[in-house]
Amino acid sequence: MRLLLAPAVGVVAVFAAALAALLQYSVLEFIPGSLRTGGFTLANFRGVIAPRYLDHVWDTALLSAATTVLALVASYPIAYALARTPSHRIRSWLLVLTLAPFFTGAIVRTYAWMLVLGNTVVTWPVPMLFTERGVLVGLVHFSMPTMILLLAAAISHVDVFWRVTLPLSMPGVVAGSLIVFAWTFSAFPTPELLGGGKVKMIANVVKDLALDSFNWPGAAAFAMLALAVTLALLAGLGRLAAGRAP
Amino acid sequence: MILRLAVVALLAFMTLPTVVVIAVSFNPTAILSFPPAGLSLRWYANALTYPQFQRAAVNSLVVTAGAVLLALPIGTAAALALERGRLRAPGAWATVLLSPLVVPGVAAGLGFLIVAASLGLLQSRAVLVAAHVALVLPFVVRSVWVSVTNLDPALERAAASLGATPARVFVRVTLPLLRPGLFAALLFAVVVSVNEFVVSLFISTRVNEILPVAMFTYVVNYTDPTIAALSTLFIVATFLVMWLVDRVVDLSAVFLHHR
Repeated sequence: MRLLLAPAVGVVAVFAAALAALLQYSVLEFIPGSLRTGGFTLANFRGVIAPRYLDHVWDTALLSAATTVLALVASYPIAYALARTPSHRIRSWLLVLTLAPFFTGAIVRTYAWMLVLGNTVVTWPVPMLFTERGVLVGLVHFSMPTMILLLAAAISHVDVFWRVTLPLSMPGVVAGSLIVFAWTFSAFPTPELLGGGKVKMIANVVKDLALDSFNWPGAAAFAMLALAVTLALLAGLGRLAAGRAP
Repeated sequence: MILRLAVVALLAFMTLPTVVVIAVSFNPTAILSFPPAGLSLRWYANALTYPQFQRAAVNSLVVTAGAVLLALPIGTAAALALERGRLRAPGAWATVLLSPLVVPGVAAGLGFLIVAASLGLLQSRAVLVAAHVALVLPFVVRSVWVSVTNLDPALERAAASLGATPARVFVRVTLPLLRPGLFAALLFAVVVSVNEFVVSLFISTRVNEILPVAMFTYVVNYTDPTIAALSTLFIVATFLVMWLVDRVVDLSAVFLHHR
């Protein structure tokens, strides 16, 4: 019976091998104009904090924080309705509407926001597309399904909102916030298309370096940063969950 | 009442982009307008006849079929082992199997790119299939696991005590009882793989790119509503799949079930 686990572990091992290759490249010297790499170096990580890129790292942190807060506020009412509605029909509908964007795919969703934020539907009083505002709207929309599901799972069946429900749903609030922050920190299609090259987050820097400049070691260092932040946040989440378990 | 209004408004925010895409896809001209000035199917025709989309659609078909056919048996075996394997720490193993979900797409994508380049597999679909298997596996494991938890072992013991061989018990009793979970796993795996973009972007060339990657390139280069038409087809397909899944398994059991 235990052996049945082996193929799945093998799949994850392949995945881990790809991440190991990433880690290896992040400490290898980049030779401009070549895909070959030199010897061991920490220069790629110095690149992460270079003035040229620091703005993008800072933007990433700010946008992730703002996305987390707005997604939390916007998701709570839907999650509350989802967890508390007595009607199975309404719950089904809420769930399908919540999950549909989750499963619609990043390109379709982001393209849709390009249409809305560009002046197709309404003429915006301030520019939205290719600005941080627009990217933020897209990121919040992108995060809401995840946030709603995590909140709904945590919202209790007790009927006193401020004194009981909200405190009891705190695990969901914390989990949702950590996960949404982590996801947003490495968001790619939303800032790529809605930012139009003017707003760049870490993942966009990774793509620029890897696919346009062929600087894989430099890109690997930024990807390691995104990975490290994600894993640190999720490890924190794991510790919180373990601390709370009876 | 206020809650109800807030929920409706927020749901409108969530669905607004979808509505706009569908409306724009019927736009008669290349200049986007909303609501559309008339009705036309020319962008659907354009989307379906654009050669690079046709090539990408074939790639998507091959990659998704390969990934799903591999992930389904692998994930089902894992779900059975997690529930019944008397593992010392099933929770830890589950975390390992679900871990590809939390790795940033650009990190996994660049990692696979480096591996693919060192193996000389940059133009092949094999690396795409390998990456997709890892990315859909968490969904398969979770969906099937819910069904395994609900499975009554007494039914299998009854079959065995009536003389069925273990293989026969598995094929005639266990698998049929897991059908809802397997069906949900199949549909989730297809939906996730068909829509996967970030990892695939890194390991794609013009030769082996899948549809979302081709759509991304098109969006970057052109502004006409062709992508709106293609997106509408994706949205309709996704809704059909979600509706089907919800009929077969309770979606809240898969997504709100905390264990």
